[in-house]
Amino acid sequence: MGGALAALPLFAGNYALSVVTLILYFAYTGQAWNVMMGFAGQLSLGHALYVGVGAYAAGGLFFHYGIGPWAGLWLAMLLCVALGLVIGFLAFRFSISGVYFALLTIAFAEFTRIGFDHLDSLGGPGGMFLKVAQRDTWDVLNFRGPPLMYYYAILVLCGGALGLCSWLLRSKAGYYWQAIRENEEAAQALGINTFRWKMLAVAISSAMTSVSGVFFAFYYNNLFPEQIFNISRSIEIILGPVIGGVGTLFGPILGAALLTVLSDSITEGLAAIGWEIPGIKQVFYGVVLLGVVMFLPNGIWPPLARMLRLK
Amino acid sequence: MSFDLVANVVVAGVLTGLVYGLMALGLSVIFGVVRVVNFAHGEMMTIAMYAATVLFAELGLDPFLCIVPVAVAFFFFGYLLQRGLINPFITRPEHSQFMLLVAVAIVMVNAMLMVFGPSARNVQVDYQLESFEIGKILVDKARLYAALAAVATAGGLFVFFKTTLVGKAIRACADNHLGALVVGLDVKKLYALTFGLGAVCVAVAGCAMVLLVDVTPPLGPAYTLLAFVIVIVGGLGSMPGALLGGVLIGVSEAMAGLLVAPSAKGMFSFGLLILILLFRPQGLLGKKP
Amino acid sequence: MSLLEVHAISKSFRGLKAVSDASFEIPEGSINALIGPNGAGKTTIFNMIAGVFPPDSGSILFQGKPIHGLRPHQICAEGIGRTFQIVKPFAGLSVLENVMVGAFLRESSAAGARKVATQILERLQLAPKRDLPASSLTLPDRKRLEVARALATRPRLLLLDEVMAGLRPTETDQIVQVFRDLNRKYGTTILLIEHVMRAVMALAQHVGVLHHGEVIARGTPQEIVRHPAVLESYLGEEADL
Repeated sequence: MGGALAALPLFAGNYALSVVTLILYFAYTGQAWNVMMGFAGQLSLGHALYVGVGAYAAGGLFFHYGIGPWAGLWLAMLLCVALGLVIGFLAFRFSISGVYFALLTIAFAEFTRIGFDHLDSLGGPGGMFLKVAQRDTWDVLNFRGPPLMYYYAILVLCGGALGLCSWLLRSKAGYYWQAIRENEEAAQALGINTFRWKMLAVAISSAMTSVSGVFFAFYYNNLFPEQIFNISRSIEIILGPVIGGVGTLFGPILGAALLTVLSDSITEGLAAIGWEIPGIKQVFYGVVLLGVVMFLPNGIWPPLARMLRLK
Repeated sequence: MSFDLVANVVVAGVLTGLVYGLMALGLSVIFGVVRVVNFAHGEMMTIAMYAATVLFAELGLDPFLCIVPVAVAFFFFGYLLQRGLINPFITRPEHSQFMLLVAVAIVMVNAMLMVFGPSARNVQVDYQLESFEIGKILVDKARLYAALAAVATAGGLFVFFKTTLVGKAIRACADNHLGALVVGLDVKKLYALTFGLGAVCVAVAGCAMVLLVDVTPPLGPAYTLLAFVIVIVGGLGSMPGALLGGVLIGVSEAMAGLLVAPSAKGMFSFGLLILILLFRPQGLLGKKP
Repeated sequence: MSLLEVHAISKSFRGLKAVSDASFEIPEGSINALIGPNGAGKTTIFNMIAGVFPPDSGSILFQGKPIHGLRPHQICAEGIGRTFQIVKPFAGLSVLENVMVGAFLRESSAAGARKVATQILERLQLAPKRDLPASSLTLPDRKRLEVARALATRPRLLLLDEVMAGLRPTETDQIVQVFRDLNRKYGTTILLIEHVMRAVMALAQHVGVLHHGEVIARGTPQEIVRHPAVLESYLGEEADL
């Protein structure tokens, strides 16, 4: 599978490449979210917060000081981990869980969104635009280049995320997280400091997501608070894992792929019939989502894996 | 900044807040009894607002008169939604429930976009431009009527829950699901009924709100979040709490608009939510969990 | 020095004294039972030892070290394992994986944890079921799993919270044998809260009796069944038969 993806650019044109790049982007970000939800059992509905902060951190450094993304990456991760730890600390210390935790994450994301709208130094509501330089050569240092470069970058990120999560799942951390998710009290009685481990999951999740933000900043080159912190972004992030299978390794990737393919085919299909009313695509989208949520409660990956006899 | 100005702003905030409160009351009732996160609540409110604009445009019905048909329609809609779609999800994990309603919300918002387009719609009635003078304070007629409708509906609901048998049965379900089942209450039906009532609140609030605000599809998600903020601030399970929360948010939004930039008012609401979640998660008037 | 020393601990809940000045010692390598009518305070004492909440006053020493006020995971790290009255298996994990979670306290690698877990499952005759999901086990097996999991943390003291509840007499006898073996072969010290007298008589070397939050008698099983205060506390409550 990895080989196929690596070789893809040999066959595909720029458009197909950009589609797969998008799929991988959501797969990666979804995988990062999955660490918090699938592993630590905490439903974060404000994950766009980390994408946004990561994007603005690296983007801002580049915009104001010309500092490249590899350095900006560290600031992005630092800020996002700090933010995640704060949210985690507040939530876990005060025993906020379930829907209340979800609302807490939404509140933080919204708060930040409105806040950034008023931060003129970072562009405010009008947005921040990064200089788009020559797109033909591979300038890895400044992360500028043709679509091919971004494709490989996100492919590597995705592969890395998969590897990391796979390793984590099979390690002590993975077992502990699952235990905490299943029954926190029992986990404590077995010597697990549940607070510390939940915080670890939050930290890893937010760090991974911040990288997503950095990628976003240098791929799209424009950042608007209204868009990047929007709750729709947070929902987009979780669509992949939820449809693919929360807590599974391949769920986020599968979900992201299915969703993007679905979304594109709906657009094509509707254009073909001539139904191009704004909003109609999302209605179909929502209906499909509804169907999956209703009939495939654990996502698509578990039954699929059983079918392919991988489980 | 004179006292008069502040007083006017506060009064307007209180009145608008009462309408917010009614919307949130619907959510509180649903969340408090059925324990489902109705993430399509704001979307439902927006649909009600659109319904009022359509009835107004086609039949010339004043929004307050729209209340009756819209509320009835919404009651059945809510009942069926719960009975048909949401019921099997009660026992599922939270993220599943959430995704179900997010999907419903997505369908709703975009259906509205499809049918009505992105530009704003509103109703125009004469009394929107008139106001009562109470001393130095100008009270918009439309705003006052809207608030009165909200309070009346909330009051009616309160009486329903306190005095009728069905109302008490619903409260029993909220307090103790298993116990309710054990004594033979048809919990599924009661849940559906509750959802229907929550929808009625939204219907009334929507018809009232359309006099105060123009309606566009993105209002849906915005109101959903607002409803949650109010319910949590006011206190889950507390009907007066929902109204109080609504008033608080209404006033704070109005004041924020006056003191800071109007666009920053959302920050205040979310900041308040964070503080409440941390220090008083049961809300101002809620019961300790 | 006793393995566990409880010195005059007390606990009140909203003004109601649940435990009052309770003291006892657990010698190393022994099997001890704490019995008493419902509401006597057994579970409260148990929870104080297990770190669920601290005593209002008094102290608890484990291997000479004060442990009152430590949190549950710290208590486990000190060497005290516990089971729950209403079993709490990790339903989504297999039997083996459940026990591995326990083993990870002392093992850092998955391979090491797996080895320890497998050994313990053998000891408790659960090995054939190692790959089954924990949710598919019968109640007696779930109880064994609960014990296996706690044992994987290599406790010096094992706290058993009404582990016989819900078991049929034959099942009770079987699990009693398990504990006897644990104690004899591996030297595990055991403290159990129990209602099922059959198990207490068969297992315990020392028994403490609680009534209204106070320890009213201590001794061997034979001694306490003849103890007047004990008889009064149990039978006195059911006087009008």
